[in-house]
Amino acid sequence: MSEKIDQAQVKKVAMLSRLDLTDSEVAEFTTQLSAILEYVEKMNTLDTENVQPLAHCLPITNCFRDDVVKESLGTEKVLANAPQRDEEFFKVPKILDDNSGA
Amino acid sequence: MPNDLLNMDCKQLREQIAAGKVKSVEATQAVFKSIEKNDSKIGAYISTFKEQALAKAKEIDDKIAAGESVGFLAGVPVAVKDNMCTTFGATTCASKILENFHAPYNATVVEKLLAADAVIIGKTNMDEFAMGSSTENSGLKKTVNPWDASRVPGGSSGGSTAAVAGRLCFAALGSDTGGSIRQPASFCGVVGLKPTYGRVSRYGLVAFGSSLDQIGPVTHTVTDAALMMNVIAGHDVADSTSVDEQNAPVCDYLENIDKPIEKLKIAVVPEFNAGADEPVQKALSDAIEVYKKLGAEIVEVHMPHWDYAIAAYYMIATAEASSNLARYDGVHYGHRTDNPGDYVEVYTKSRAEGFGKEVKRRIMLGTYALSSGYYDAYYLKSLKVRNLIRGDFTSAFEKCDCVITPVAPTTAFKAGEKTDDPLKMYLSDIYTISANLAGIPGISVPCGFDENNLPIGLQILAPAFAEDKLLRIARMFEKQTDWHTNRATID
Amino acid sequence: MTSDISYKVIVGLEIHVQLCTQTKMFCGCALQFGAQPNSRVCPVCLGMPGVLPVMNKHAYEYSVLVGLALNCKVAGFTKWDRKSYYYPDLPKNYQISQYDLPLSENGFIEIPLESGETKRIRITRAHLEEDAGKNLHTAGNFSQVDLNRTGTPLLEIVTEPDMSSGAEVKALAVELQRMVRYLGVSEADMQKGHMRFEPNINLVITKGGKEHKTAIVEVKNLNSFRALERSVDYEVQRQLDEFIDSGKVMEMGNKSTRGWDDDKQMTVLQRVKEEAHDYRYFPDPDLLPVELDDAWLEQIKSQLCELPIKKQIRYVSEYKLSDYDAGVLTADRSTAEFFEEAVKAGGDPKRVCNLITQVGLKLANEAGCGIAELSLTAENMSELAKMIDDGQVSASAGNTILEQMTKTDKAAQVIAEELNLIQKSDAGELEGIVEKVLAENPKAVEDVKSGGKKSKKAQGFLLGQVIQKTKGQANPKVVSEILSKKLS
Repeated sequence: MSEKIDQAQVKKVAMLSRLDLTDSEVAEFTTQLSAILEYVEKMNTLDTENVQPLAHCLPITNCFRDDVVKESLGTEKVLANAPQRDEEFFKVPKILDDNSGA
Repeated sequence: MPNDLLNMDCKQLREQIAAGKVKSVEATQAVFKSIEKNDSKIGAYISTFKEQALAKAKEIDDKIAAGESVGFLAGVPVAVKDNMCTTFGATTCASKILENFHAPYNATVVEKLLAADAVIIGKTNMDEFAMGSSTENSGLKKTVNPWDASRVPGGSSGGSTAAVAGRLCFAALGSDTGGSIRQPASFCGVVGLKPTYGRVSRYGLVAFGSSLDQIGPVTHTVTDAALMMNVIAGHDVADSTSVDEQNAPVCDYLENIDKPIEKLKIAVVPEFNAGADEPVQKALSDAIEVYKKLGAEIVEVHMPHWDYAIAAYYMIATAEASSNLARYDGVHYGHRTDNPGDYVEVYTKSRAEGFGKEVKRRIMLGTYALSSGYYDAYYLKSLKVRNLIRGDFTSAFEKCDCVITPVAPTTAFKAGEKTDDPLKMYLSDIYTISANLAGIPGISVPCGFDENNLPIGLQILAPAFAEDKLLRIARMFEKQTDWHTNRATID
Repeated sequence: MTSDISYKVIVGLEIHVQLCTQTKMFCGCALQFGAQPNSRVCPVCLGMPGVLPVMNKHAYEYSVLVGLALNCKVAGFTKWDRKSYYYPDLPKNYQISQYDLPLSENGFIEIPLESGETKRIRITRAHLEEDAGKNLHTAGNFSQVDLNRTGTPLLEIVTEPDMSSGAEVKALAVELQRMVRYLGVSEADMQKGHMRFEPNINLVITKGGKEHKTAIVEVKNLNSFRALERSVDYEVQRQLDEFIDSGKVMEMGNKSTRGWDDDKQMTVLQRVKEEAHDYRYFPDPDLLPVELDDAWLEQIKSQLCELPIKKQIRYVSEYKLSDYDAGVLTADRSTAEFFEEAVKAGGDPKRVCNLITQVGLKLANEAGCGIAELSLTAENMSELAKMIDDGQVSASAGNTILEQMTKTDKAAQVIAEELNLIQKSDAGELEGIVEKVLAENPKAVEDVKSGGKKSKKAQGFLLGQVIQKTKGQANPKVVSEILSKKLS
């Protein structure tokens, strides 16, 4: 039986999702995601050539805010839920690569 | 006496409290007594706030004694699903990853409840991040159906519906992304309304599928649902997707609630009802008879694309979820793994440890649907199918005021029955999902019981922003029947 | 071996410009450089569960304004997309940006070349997005995250690969800085990271009649003009050397990322994970699309001004200023506007220019402000210019007067009189003094009259004597005329 998605793809998607999956989870998800994707294929029987994608049901546009300052939380509240902090910063293990995207 | 108290609906209780005949403190104490007695069995609540609730109740009682004006929900003990942010208690989404998360702000709906003088008594269990149809995916606790403890309450707002059905509060808020208010309402024999997308602010509702999520009330009666809508509906400047008053004015949903809709035209979708269990089909046809007797005209409509709704829904909802849940990474808040090897492991391990299996599965599915090379085939295709489904409703509503369907193909199923097969679980959302894709409102009202004395729900779907009409149509049915007066007994 | 090699440099540039709105792109937190870490953060920019973004109208309008200034086609309909990647300075782990429908596309910018000509560089697109926070790596064996910058409105401008040297790339950057400052949409302060550059560089090398393309290198996150120019020049040489050494050429899609090491003045290859580039863009369901109708567009258009490069060219042709002077005057909008007002009030352009460039800007610089913020009106400036040109005061006295004008509210005339700087131009009065000087210096008079080498020097000496006798107040022009008449 050909699966819609194989274990290598599942591992790649897990990396993109930042999920450290066990081997048994990879195996399980491979089967389950394949079944779901197989089911989803039924959409391909529909001709959607001339159909616009509908990302939003709302008939509205242009929701803006005036450029007026509102109070921030304050450093202590910002860091209150932080798993680890260093002085006024969030603390993480040393970042050695540059994967910034902006 | 407390038992009588607990049998009241919100509107009655509010009237009694406002008239000074019942104290909010009494009602609140009665609710906590009920929780202390029964919630160990039902498991509806993740957290409760007894002290705070009693203090608030006292405050309302004092206000009333002093002759001050009070809000729509003055002194009424209510619960909120634990995916709505509160500055009190934790906001967990029933997930280990947020188990100790304390929000620094209140969701807009929470602010509105407080402004209406409601007494918020606790936060209810749910499927983790609202992903599920049975509340079995909660990462924190188990909730059972108050009608039968061996069965699920439905989901994902199973805690809210079990709390209302089990008389552990007078009303609750749930959230509905693909049926998460309506289906558990049906399983628990209570009323559940999913408003139009954009009717109620999502600010402070922890996002699952942002273009589908909507907060709505879970109540004993349709009238209470209208009352709750009067409190929570409306534009919010903090939510760009909440519709402004100019485009869709909010009305007083209570004002005309007892006024029937004249020349009511109800549509049914015959090809779909066949998929439901026999008792569900029977209850539906009985309901149709009730409406017929009220003079309603029944028409048949076809929804050619409904069959594709589950496929489109699970791509769109999981795609959005994969992005919405990216923020739970152990860096700024929430669970962080011990001793990560590097910063990337902070992500991969914290998330692996913090998320349950269904959440992981959906994140994986959604990430795949958005990933390079698959976007067009899965995500984009789904958005197009979504448009076709909305089109089905648009044409249907040209011929009718509302569409009625079952809420779910079955009544509450046994715990563990569907947990091994995610696809099977997804397929049970067949009747509810289309409303979320089309953004229209839908309500579940009790319409019967099966042979095991398990409640059955009737779903009524109306055009966007026609909540007023929808509630009145539902109320017409409720007035003719007494299904909603039945109460679960947990011993 | 290398003598038959020629090459062409191809550079495109991606520029990020922080907009100077009061608040962030999607929340009400204030933009403030140098604030206490994590003090300008709210639930929205912290990416807390349940929060939702709401667009900042100013940020949108500023971006449209830049789009117009860049001669772009401004879109009537745009939407927002999420760009997914995980990084600690990005709390939601997606950035709200614009993917397939940017708010402006297909424009161009004119940049000044050293030759005095201008060159047109095509603009691919300019879109609005939110900035990330900052990861700091200086604390020890861990990194620190500050989210104050998170959510700052950021305009991303992408050019076509139309530049062919480090100098051109720098010229574009400088021109863009001047432009956004003119428009008032960014402080464009390099030191505060308001502008960041990422050039894409490669070469087309012709060797033995055959063309070879080197692989494209993107240099990340440059935040000074100098580093930008040098990194491009460095890359050109490095890629050329690499080609000569190894013959390495571009293969399908092999683009690499390098960083700039400012200490070593060289680019360094960066390690970037392959999978990091699947950004999984999709429309952000939390935000509504933006429709820009004609009325709104017109309203934004009305905020456009004459752009610096156009001004600079006009100053050369209309006012006959040197390209250099025109560049100095148009470096910032308030100086240019001050200059134009003074000229409009009747001051000679060249004279006003000299006053501004030789004294005014120095005084402004000392005061730490712009020339228009000194207590100095354009009318007074123009009056001073006229006084100099009329010979009422000497050019050097004019400088002294200008300095005084910035310290008091007094008009040029008043200051000149108070300081006794008005030149004596009355020919009758001066003639007496000249005659006296001639009588006292027969030797010099002799020298002038004899003509030859010493003549000019002697006449200068006599002029100096007259000026000295009048304590510097004699108008040299008038004195020279009298001297010439008497000695001829």
